[in-house]
Amino acid sequence: MTLANFVRKNAFRNKRRSLLTLVSIGFSLLLLTFMMTVWRTFYIDQGSAESAQRIIVRNKVSLVFDILSYYEPKIKALSGVKAVAPVRWFGGTYKDPNKDKQFAQFGTDPTELFAVYRDYHISDDQLAAWQKDRAGCIVDADLARDHGWKIGDKIFLKGVIFPIDLELTVRGIYSAPLNTQALYFNETYLDEAYTQVKGRVGFFAVLADSAESVPQVANAIDDTFKNFDRATKSESEKAFSLGWIAMMGNVKAFILSICLAVVFATLLVSANTIAMSIRERTREVAVLKTLGFTQRRVLELFIGEAVSISAVGGLLGILATPALIWMMSQSPQGGFFFSNIKITLPTVIVAMVVAVAVGFFSAFVPAYHASRGNIVEGLRHIG
Amino acid sequence: MAVPISYNIRNLVLRKGATIMTALGITLTVATAIFILALLAGLRDAFQTSGNPNKVLALRKGSNSELAAGGVDLSAMTVIRDLPGIAHNAHGDPLVSGETILVIVLPRLDGTGSTNVTVRFLSPIGIEMRPDVKIASGRWFNPGQREIVVSKSVHQRFGQANIGDSIWIGKGPWQVVGIFDSGTSAHESEVWADINQLASDFDRSTYSSVLIQATDPIAADAIKHTVTDDRRLQLNGMLETEYYAQQTSTGGPIKFVGFMVAFIMAIGSCFAAMNTMYAAVAYRSREIATLRVLGFSRSSILTSFVFESLLLALLGAAAGVVLMLPFNGMTTGTSNPVTFSEAIFRLRVTTGVVTTATIFAVIMGLFGGLAPAWHAARQNILNALRG
Repeated sequence: MTLANFVRKNAFRNKRRSLLTLVSIGFSLLLLTFMMTVWRTFYIDQGSAESAQRIIVRNKVSLVFDILSYYEPKIKALSGVKAVAPVRWFGGTYKDPNKDKQFAQFGTDPTELFAVYRDYHISDDQLAAWQKDRAGCIVDADLARDHGWKIGDKIFLKGVIFPIDLELTVRGIYSAPLNTQALYFNETYLDEAYTQVKGRVGFFAVLADSAESVPQVANAIDDTFKNFDRATKSESEKAFSLGWIAMMGNVKAFILSICLAVVFATLLVSANTIAMSIRERTREVAVLKTLGFTQRRVLELFIGEAVSISAVGGLLGILATPALIWMMSQSPQGGFFFSNIKITLPTVIVAMVVAVAVGFFSAFVPAYHASRGNIVEGLRHIG
Repeated sequence: MAVPISYNIRNLVLRKGATIMTALGITLTVATAIFILALLAGLRDAFQTSGNPNKVLALRKGSNSELAAGGVDLSAMTVIRDLPGIAHNAHGDPLVSGETILVIVLPRLDGTGSTNVTVRFLSPIGIEMRPDVKIASGRWFNPGQREIVVSKSVHQRFGQANIGDSIWIGKGPWQVVGIFDSGTSAHESEVWADINQLASDFDRSTYSSVLIQATDPIAADAIKHTVTDDRRLQLNGMLETEYYAQQTSTGGPIKFVGFMVAFIMAIGSCFAAMNTMYAAVAYRSREIATLRVLGFSRSSILTSFVFESLLLALLGAAAGVVLMLPFNGMTTGTSNPVTFSEAIFRLRVTTGVVTTATIFAVIMGLFGGLAPAWHAARQNILNALRG
């Protein structure tokens, strides 16, 4: 009998206990992997190469204030700027906001949008059809599938921020590398229906010539408008979206404390099981030692057993994480958030390391005590 | 006949190590649940105590937020001031306050960047209509001055919010001259300034909302309908209580993620408790058989072991509650989807929160204990006695 086999047999001598421990550790690691994936998406991922090249220019005071359309040619004239598209958040409601899935709606310039968002794709004839129709709009492919929209369908949006409603016709369906859950319409439609916003823009999306030049271009833009009535704040697309996450509150501390609680709970569960299983085997340990097993070897056997249980549990948890993310992305509340989150290899590795470490540390103390026990007393032990 | 409770308690004490570790696992789960529930209770508190059934809020038709482009012009104000059922102050002025909400960006003091903060522009009448909001230090702004007053929470959480500091809004700096205290209401997330000064800054003489105080709730309801039905106004009236009730949706993301986290942790703890209880049963199989021989029925054995598991869970829950009590009253903030700015509120570990968390622990104990107890009650007496 090889040592590995011995460890395996011992790990599953009490099937029910091992199974319960596996499931318990599995669920904890599922949560841990999930939280780490969210953390990674928020704070480590730099986004796609195209996204890293984009800058968002908004009013310095707050996104709620507009900036002015005549900034556009001034931004375009700066060196390092390849394309500029004006964007305005409409924020209307679609059908019944309590029942139907809501989505983002932006007014923009149909001739510029795809020059900035070069990773978004639409067929040329659909784009041309949209550019020709002032009351036309284009929708994200995933969103169109969710709502069952086809080209030519009418979408009615009730204004919330603006005192007007929009009646739009779907002219095109675009695909994006991420699920954007967005609808774009022609800004002229809004400008004419509500003249107060004519000449104003919510923010500009700017494409820089390279990701490296983003900080310089952003500074150049802000310098240009420093002494204007409405000064600007320019930041990379990633920084801009991090700003939204920061608004949710102290998300970092929230995720960290949950991760800590989960790791600690897993440690407790594992330590408890191992302690129980080792206590039962006091007599066996004495027998092993009589047979000539060294103290060190006995220690290795127990730790190996604990590590294999927690590693298998961890693996199960990690494997279940994509299913959890999928479930979250199907909910109306978190759909947008979770549809773009993907588990990555480094996250899996970290989770596995945590699982193995938990097994190791939980077994160390009880195994150490067991391996040091007196042989004669161990043999007398009545379990 | 029931097995004495002391039997279970002694067993838990005897197996100290396992008891403590299992209970601690449950403690962590309960603590997480309490944290989430306390956040939600605090948010609910902030929005529910803010509304007054005597007050009506009029917003532009189609809008559900005070943060909206324009809406109420001066002619509409004249119409509203003369509506029947409106309360008047000691000087005989109607209690009608035209207000505008703006959002500015302030740096957080805890170093997590900056975030949006609501600025409410209002007149002295508007302050008078909110008697619960009191000045804590400094003074109210003087009408016609570029002066602002910040809430106590804004003062504590953000930079640039001390008396004497100035904050840039619109065309220039506004000086902080006072700090107000509004208890736990939604105004705790706000900065207040003079509406007339804003009008000259932004050359807009419209308001984004009108707050109307009625003499009584019945008059308030009538005003709500009059305002909504009057075609000249193009406004939508709602009771202030209704307006704030819809903002409790602010807790949506916390609720969603929080409940998922608590649920998964609970499953993990449930299995851990089950493990401990199975071990407890296995250790005592001879004892249990002896109890059966002595005449204790299967059902009383079952009850006894389920009870022991519940005791274990309650122990964990109690520790969880004690662990989380210091967090009661802690101020925190999250984004309000209605005003696009930070909603500041306090964590509230209420009796309701504690009860819910305890029930949560009891359910964990029940699920963890049922199968092992069933196993204990069903085992063969003779075999167990021999083993």
